[in-house]
Amino acid sequence: MKKLINDPANVISDALLGFAAAHPELRVDHENRIVVRGDAPVQGKVGLVSGGGSGHEPLHAGFVGPGMLDAACAGEIFTSPVPDQMVAATRAVDGGAGVVHIVKNYTGDVMNFELAAEMVEADSGTQVVAVVIDDDVAVQDSLYTAGRRGVGATVLVEKIAGAAAEQGRPLDQVAEVARKVNAYSRSMGLALTSCTVPAAGKPTFDLPEGEMEVGIGIHGEPGRRRVPVAPADEIAEMLVAPILSDLDFTGGDGVIAFVNGMGATPLIELYVMFNEVSRLLTKAGIPVARSLVGPYITSLDMAGCSVTLMKADDDLLRLWDAPVRTPALRRGV
Amino acid sequence: METEALTAWIREFARLIALNKDDLTELDSAIGDGDHGANMDRGLKAVVAVLDAEPQETPSALFKKVGMTLISKVGGASGPLYGTAFLRMAAAAGDDVDLAKVLRAALDGVVARGKAEPGDKTMLDALSPAVDVLETGGSVQAAADAAAKGRDATIPLVARKGRASYLGERSVGHADPGATSVTLLLVAAATTLGDDG
Repeated sequence: MKKLINDPANVISDALLGFAAAHPELRVDHENRIVVRGDAPVQGKVGLVSGGGSGHEPLHAGFVGPGMLDAACAGEIFTSPVPDQMVAATRAVDGGAGVVHIVKNYTGDVMNFELAAEMVEADSGTQVVAVVIDDDVAVQDSLYTAGRRGVGATVLVEKIAGAAAEQGRPLDQVAEVARKVNAYSRSMGLALTSCTVPAAGKPTFDLPEGEMEVGIGIHGEPGRRRVPVAPADEIAEMLVAPILSDLDFTGGDGVIAFVNGMGATPLIELYVMFNEVSRLLTKAGIPVARSLVGPYITSLDMAGCSVTLMKADDDLLRLWDAPVRTPALRRGV
Repeated sequence: METEALTAWIREFARLIALNKDDLTELDSAIGDGDHGANMDRGLKAVVAVLDAEPQETPSALFKKVGMTLISKVGGASGPLYGTAFLRMAAAAGDDVDLAKVLRAALDGVVARGKAEPGDKTMLDALSPAVDVLETGGSVQAAADAAAKGRDATIPLVARKGRASYLGERSVGHADPGATSVTLLLVAAATTLGDDG
């Protein structure tokens, strides 16, 4: 294992120290491992809290700031944060208008956020609404699974719901916008290599040189199937086809197309992929209204990418274009 | 049942988790995300430290302290599930603890939090048969044996909850890590609480 770390046990605290040093405009609570917007709580504004296992950076702490999240909780690598952290974050951002928890659909995340919401409501009466993100078409959604995983749509939800909250929309409307983005989004990922969790010291799974895993999650969980490595145009087809067959993207105002890097894939390859994705969308008669290309929800040092498409409408596009000022996403300010 | 005996039970559970940490992690690597052993060990080490510093006076206070500590320290899915189980035990424990009654409350708490059913390849598959044995007057040892049998019966099952469910048929052939750690809880009870449960 070659990594830029000191003691593997201290990776998260060391990274949070660096994050605090690089972004003095944000508050970092090292004991609770939460990152909070510098001017929180913003009175009268709905607070947005997210969080999850570490290892997906810049998600979530990189999206804290005006126009996006008010606070983020960092768990152990790939392990949900605990309710104490979520309670501390919720209190820190409660400006009197209620708080939305943005939760990726993993069993641990959902249960810990549920407990935290119960603890906050019992304690202070702050109203908390949870929105669960489950956009991954690689998982069959049925009674017999934990349901679809939350992946790329999380970034879009945090941006768009963040803008809605910043505009001063009330709690139920901010939650509704977040749910709409989730309902209109679908994602599919692919891994060229495994990732290596620092404490484990070796790759999470074996993926031979000539093979790739289609339908991968963001924690090194297995995908739908393992296939021989293929050119980018064929890979794009493997990712876009199941998305388009899962939701009708035609007839609206086009899509937000998001090609995400899994951590170790260079931007030049993501643009090669974006070209193939946009070609397929054109062929399907679906205009690309907006785009996002880059590593925004990663899986440590995994190589690969995911594609997320969100069916757009006027309101969602205006919110997408609204100003945002966070470490990882910044425009219009 | 005395608080002292129940404290010994929790300490024995912590010892067994530490002893089996690597095995639990290996099971979880096969069908989950490979952190069950490390997470449970971190949580129970914290529990032991808390009990060393502040010995608890009543069964209810003891279970509550254990539950809150696990919720704060374990993370993942096991933290809320074990934490909820112990908080429900705290609520069900009167002056004289009836093991069948508190473990039934724990079981109900796990069902409410995790929304799983027996046969989903979860901790319920070991806990549920153990509670059945206790409620029908069986010994604690018999309950531990029933838990172990339930754990082994998860091997051929397809997981329907948690991260293992993403594997579908590929989850067959491995015991469930949660059913395995719950069996340790019952084995610890058999060792420390004897047959007066």
